[in-house]
Amino acid sequence: MSSENEKDEQPSDTVAAHSEDTESLSKDEAKKFYEEKGIDFSPDSPIHPKPIPPFEKSISDKIASKFNSKINVDYVRESRIRVSTKKEDILDVAFFIRDELGYDHAVSVSGVDYPDSKEIEVVYHLGSYTDEKLASQVLTLATRVPREEIPNPGKDSSRMTSLREVFYSVEFHERECFEMFGVYFEGHPDNRRLLLPEDWADIPPFRKDFKIKGR
Amino acid sequence: MTTPLPPGIQLEKVDDRIMTLNVGPQHPGSGHMRLIIKVDGDYIVSCDPDPGYVHRGEEKMAEYRNYIQNIPHLERPVIHDSSNILYPYCLAVEELLGIEVPERAKYIRVIAAELNRCIYTLYWLAIYGIFLGHSTMFMWPAGDRELFIDLLEAMSGARVTHAYLVPGGVRNDLPANFEERCLRQVDYFEKRLKEYQAIFYKNPILISRTEGTGILSRTDAIRLGTTGSVLRASGVNYDIRKKEPYDVYENMDFETVVMKEGDSYARSYIPYLEMFESCRIIRDAIRKMPKSGSVRTKLKPNPKGGNDEVYKRVESGRGELGYYIVSNNRPEPYRVKISVGSFRNLICMPYLLKGELLGNMPSVYWGLNYWPVEADR
Repeated sequence: MSSENEKDEQPSDTVAAHSEDTESLSKDEAKKFYEEKGIDFSPDSPIHPKPIPPFEKSISDKIASKFNSKINVDYVRESRIRVSTKKEDILDVAFFIRDELGYDHAVSVSGVDYPDSKEIEVVYHLGSYTDEKLASQVLTLATRVPREEIPNPGKDSSRMTSLREVFYSVEFHERECFEMFGVYFEGHPDNRRLLLPEDWADIPPFRKDFKIKGR
Repeated sequence: MTTPLPPGIQLEKVDDRIMTLNVGPQHPGSGHMRLIIKVDGDYIVSCDPDPGYVHRGEEKMAEYRNYIQNIPHLERPVIHDSSNILYPYCLAVEELLGIEVPERAKYIRVIAAELNRCIYTLYWLAIYGIFLGHSTMFMWPAGDRELFIDLLEAMSGARVTHAYLVPGGVRNDLPANFEERCLRQVDYFEKRLKEYQAIFYKNPILISRTEGTGILSRTDAIRLGTTGSVLRASGVNYDIRKKEPYDVYENMDFETVVMKEGDSYARSYIPYLEMFESCRIIRDAIRKMPKSGSVRTKLKPNPKGGNDEVYKRVESGRGELGYYIVSNNRPEPYRVKISVGSFRNLICMPYLLKGELLGNMPSVYWGLNYWPVEADR
């Protein structure tokens, strides 16, 4: 009997835990909350700013001072900085990250499909072997490309500049991203299929509108 | 009038000199993958790797299942290194859901990960042996691997795909007398490892076939973004366990093995030397482990992730293994990307094989520590 009670209670617990999420405070409420505590609240700052460790702050300041309005630098968590930029600027930002900051290889390249905002995000994770101080850091460089309702890989507007010129190691990662999401990389020397079969005739399979059968 | 050829098929002329060979896709020892090799006489002119024969869409499957249901299928790409492929997933989910892992569970995870690293390396070494026609080197590691499989079976209940690491700790506590049994087997294994040296690594045939073949310079290793033993064989001192320690690796007493040669011999020797370090870590972890305590933090039913993203990585048998998880307030992850060492090392293959003798292809290929099933995911 007691175990049944537990089962009944637990789900309602989780609902409660998630509904009292403080991030859902409206801006006025948040402002009041911060004023009561004597914290300076500016409307543009995130409601829960995380304290940035000094080393991560020095990196993000360097990028931010160079490109100020073109990019958006976030501190995600320890050793993880996220740089979002427009696809037109990504080559300049990538050259800066390689030459001035010392990141020298790509760890992974992933696409994330956002059908609601009609965009596909291409996320580069960059690391460094040569700089001892950067060894634990992974810099996330993200950009968004337009997403077509009916994809035509290689011929539609889902395209961006390849970073192979900057980071040689992205070659196979970008090939995978092209076949799985239909994002064409301009300037990539070898835009063939990698993992999918040659006769694949469906839409790129990692898009959200490609459903697994039976699910 | 000759009959027309089917599409995609070309006839080679005799005076072309260049002949195209398909190596694979069937492989007796590993998963399926194909190398399209062009040869001029005995020398390789170009090599075009063609993976994807064992692509299962693990990343897509993960978007349909919740964080707990994802555990067993995510270990399938490398079933003989299943603790290490689940390790970053557990770390990432713990980070997303804000779960604290009990101290004892952290040590048990390290032991499981190192035992599994040995299991993986021994399997890899067995196939390395048979690739070079050394059948004793196939039998010995395959037999000694059973010792560790038995240990993990005692820990988890399953021989190979044990899904032992879960978000929040490990699935169950260690059995009674596990510590003594584990230490005894590790001692025996170290004695056996020294015999491998005599029969395999000092064998003049192995040395003549691997020394000086497929040289990857330090600059190229960094530029191509290689990882794991391939990187360390080219003289780069980089190991996630040292550079970004996870769980209790910062308390462990071990060294990173680095060699400067960058040839096939170094790439075959480093995983072997790392097994000694794994034995050191296992001993150290058993000594420092709290003798009792909880091993698993209970999760709430159907946990949700919040609007967040996380990238966590560990050092697996084949190099860095990372999970990039994007969540959007749902019980299922929005996107899971598995960044694996095999896929990253694949890019070396066209470089190393160009200009190499065809007979050196097996040692270069297998020295890259490449596991096709993991690379395809």
